Amino acid sequence: MKITPNTPAEEMTIAGNIYEAGNSLEFKTGDWRSVKPIYISEKCKQCGLCFPVCPDDAIPVNKDQKREDFNYDYCKGCGVCAKVCPFGAIEMK
Amino acid sequence: MSIRERLSGNEAAAIAMKQINPDVVAAFPITPSTEIPQYFSTFVSNGSVDTEFVAVESEHSAMSACIGAEAAGSRAMTATSANGLSLMWEMIYIASSLRLPIVMSLVNRAVSGPLNIHNDHSDAMGVRDSGWIMLFSENNQEAYDNLLMAHRIAEHKDVLLPLMVCQDGFITSHSIENIELVEDEKVKEFIGTYKPEHYLLNRKEPMAVGPLDVQTYLFEHKYQQANAMRNAKKVIEEVSRDFEKMTGRKYSFFEEYKLSDAEVAIVCMNSTAGTAKFVVDSLREKGVKAGLLKVRMFRPFPAEEIANALSHLKAVAVLDKADSLNAAGGALFEDVTSSMYVNKEQVPVVNYVYGIGGRDTTSYEIEGVYNDLMEIAKTGEVGNPYRYFGVRREK
Amino acid sequence: MAYNVKEVVANKPSRFMAGHRMCAGCGAPPVARMFLRALHEDDHAVICGATGCMEVSTFMYPYTSWTDSFIHTAFECAGATLSGAEAAYRSLKKQGKLSDDEHTKFIAFGGDGGTYDIGLQSLSGAMERGHDMVYVCYDNGAYMNTGIQRSSATPHFADTTTSPAGTKVPGKMQVRKDLTEVMASHHIPYVAQTIATANFKDLYEKAEKAIYTKGPAFVNVLAPCPRGWGYPTDELMQINKLAVDTCYWPLYEVENGKYKITYKPAKKLPIEEFLKPQRRFKHMFKPGNEWMIEEFQKELDERWEALLKLEEITNKE
Repeated sequence: MKITPNTPAEEMTIAGNIYEAGNSLEFKTGDWRSVKPIYISEKCKQCGLCFPVCPDDAIPVNKDQKREDFNYDYCKGCGVCAKVCPFGAIEMK
Repeated sequence: MSIRERLSGNEAAAIAMKQINPDVVAAFPITPSTEIPQYFSTFVSNGSVDTEFVAVESEHSAMSACIGAEAAGSRAMTATSANGLSLMWEMIYIASSLRLPIVMSLVNRAVSGPLNIHNDHSDAMGVRDSGWIMLFSENNQEAYDNLLMAHRIAEHKDVLLPLMVCQDGFITSHSIENIELVEDEKVKEFIGTYKPEHYLLNRKEPMAVGPLDVQTYLFEHKYQQANAMRNAKKVIEEVSRDFEKMTGRKYSFFEEYKLSDAEVAIVCMNSTAGTAKFVVDSLREKGVKAGLLKVRMFRPFPAEEIANALSHLKAVAVLDKADSLNAAGGALFEDVTSSMYVNKEQVPVVNYVYGIGGRDTTSYEIEGVYNDLMEIAKTGEVGNPYRYFGVRREK
Repeated sequence: MAYNVKEVVANKPSRFMAGHRMCAGCGAPPVARMFLRALHEDDHAVICGATGCMEVSTFMYPYTSWTDSFIHTAFECAGATLSGAEAAYRSLKKQGKLSDDEHTKFIAFGGDGGTYDIGLQSLSGAMERGHDMVYVCYDNGAYMNTGIQRSSATPHFADTTTSPAGTKVPGKMQVRKDLTEVMASHHIPYVAQTIATANFKDLYEKAEKAIYTKGPAFVNVLAPCPRGWGYPTDELMQINKLAVDTCYWPLYEVENGKYKITYKPAKKLPIEEFLKPQRRFKHMFKPGNEWMIEEFQKELDERWEALLKLEEITNKE
C-alpha cells in the first residue's frame, strides 16, 4: 500500500519500516536540475567513463554494455558525466 | 513437578535466560548485574544454550547489538544496571520506536553521581517514558517468573515493544533465597518459537528499518507506539493467567496485600514490599488496619485499577526509591496521584523518598510511615506531601 | 575474470536506487553503488547506515533506495548494530533456522563523523570481536550533514564552520587522523583505502575482497563533497584524480598484515594541485601563508614515505 501524508496512523507501517526495498524510484529527483545534460550519440564511443560516475544512476546501460539516453526522472544536472567524457558526447545546457 | 532450588536474584535471572535460550545476548559488565552475563557465558561456553554471546565494549553497543539482532529476526536479551542503562539511553528509545521486543534484566542501582553501586530506582525512573514495558519484582522468584513471561508479552503482535524486568541490586540480586523453577521443556513450550512477520534476514522480503521520519510521519508512529502500550495491559493479563495455569503462581498488574479492608496503605515497588508486608502483619496483630499495594506493572501504568484499589482508604503513602528532584515529588507518587485525580478518587496521599544509594530501609521506618498515615487518617491533614525517611538531617 | 566496468554495470543490477536525495554531484553514491555491485548476485546483504548524509537521503520515510535489507539506528553505533545482526545470522544458521545455501553479507556505511569520531569505539569493538562484516567509511572530511563542521578527518588548515579560517586562526589547526592505519592496527584480515578512479577498478576489487574475506574488514573511501569542499559539482572525478596523484589519498590495502600500495603515481604532483581548486583551502594561497602549504606537503611526504616503508618491510621474505 502506498503511504502518503494522508495515510492514517492505523494504516501506516509500524516503526517506519519499509517492505518494498528500492522504492525510492517512485521519488523523482529530476526537478532539482537547473542544467541538463544532452547526449550526442554520434559522438559517443561507448567508452564507459560516464555511467559509473553518475550519483543518480541516470545513465542506463543495456545488456549489450552500451549506454542509452539519460533518464531525466532522476538526473540532478551535476555535470560530472559531461566533465569525464573525452569525446564531447555530453553537453550541459 | 517444579524444581526447588536456592538461587540469588542474578542466578535466577541467568537461569531464566538459559531456559529461554535466546539467539543472541549482548552485554557489558556492570555491578550489580555483572553476574548475569557471567553465569550466562558459562552456559554458552559449555554448550547448554544456542546463543551467540556478544561481549560488547560498552552498554551503548550492547543495546545497539540487541537492536541489530532483534531486527535481523532473532531473540535478543541483555542485562544491565544504573550507568549502563544511562549509556544505553539513546538506544533504549530507538529499540522501542523500532518496535523490537528485546528483553532486558535490569538490576536496579543508583545512577551516578556521585558514584554509588547500591540499590535505588533512579536508573529505571530515567527510562520510564521510553516506551519499554517495565515489570518490577519483589524477590528472586518474581524476577525469574517475570522473565519467563517477558517474551510472550513483548512479542505479541498487538504489542511488539521491548520489556525490562527490574529487581533490586544486591538486596535481591545477591541474596540467596528458595525458588521454584519451571522445567526446561515447560518453559520452552510456554514461550514458543519466535516468528517475526518482517525481519532483515528474510531475503524474500528485504526491508528497511529506522528511517528519517519527518514531521509528516513521526507523530503517527509515536501514536502507534502509544496504542501498543495500551494493548500491552490486556496481553500482560492474558499471559499472567496462562502462567498461573502452568505454575499456580498468580500475577496481576499489582499485588494487593491485606488491602481490601485496610484504612491506610503504602504503595511501593520491588523488595521494599517484603519489608512492608512484615510490618503490615505486625500492625494487623495490633489491630491497625494497614495494607499494601505493590506495583508490578509500572509501564504500562494501571492508572484506573490503582485508583480503584486505593479508593476506600483514609490515607495512602507512596514510596519512591528515586527522587525526581523537581521540588514536587517522586515519579511513582505523581503517577498514583494523577491516576486518583483523573478517576475522581479523593484520598489524602503523601510521598516518601527513601532508600537512596542503598540506604537500608528498616521495618521501623516503614512502621513510622504507617503511624504518619494513621495520624493523617485521623486529622485529614496532609501537611507537607513530599517527605523523606532515612536521610540524616538536623533535628 | 578480469574486471571490466561495462560488463559489471551491464550485468549486475544496481542495489542503490535512484530517487535518493543526496546533493547533485555528491561523491558518495557512486562509491556505495559500485561497492555493492561487488556482491555476488545471489547473495543477500544486510546494510547498516550510521546517521549522516547518506542515511538520511536514502531512507526518508516512506522511501528506501536500498534493494537489500537496511537498518539505521543512530550516529555512533553502525558497528555495534551490524555486529548484532551478524551474530543473529550466525546463531540462526547454527540452529538450522536459516538454510545452509543462503548467504547474507553484512556491510556498514558511515561518514567520517560517524566513523573517525563518534562511532570509533563501536567500530573498534565490532572489528576486534571478529564479526564477519565490512565497515565502509565514505570520508568527506567533515560533518557535512549538519553543515560542514570539522571532524578528526578534516585535513590540516581546512576552513569549516567550526574551524573557520579567521584572522588569528587560519582554519583547522590539527592534522588529520589516519583512521586506515588505526584500523590496520586492529590486525584484522583486510583493511583498504580506495577512491572512485576513472574505471572504478581499484574500488570494485577492494570491495570484493573486503566482502568475501572471512572476518572483519574495513575500507576507507574518499568521497568528495562539492558543497563542503567548495569546488564546482562537475569536477568530482578530477578532484579524485588529484587526491591520488598528489598522494593526499594513497590507494593501498593491508591483507593479513601485508601492505600493498595499489597505485603509485608515475609523477607525484605537488599538493597545491589538490588544494587549489577547493574553497576550503583558499586562505592557504594568500601571500604570507606559504608556510601552510609547505607544512601540508611535508606531512604528506612523511606519510607517503612511511607507507612505502611499510610496504617494503611487510613484504620481505
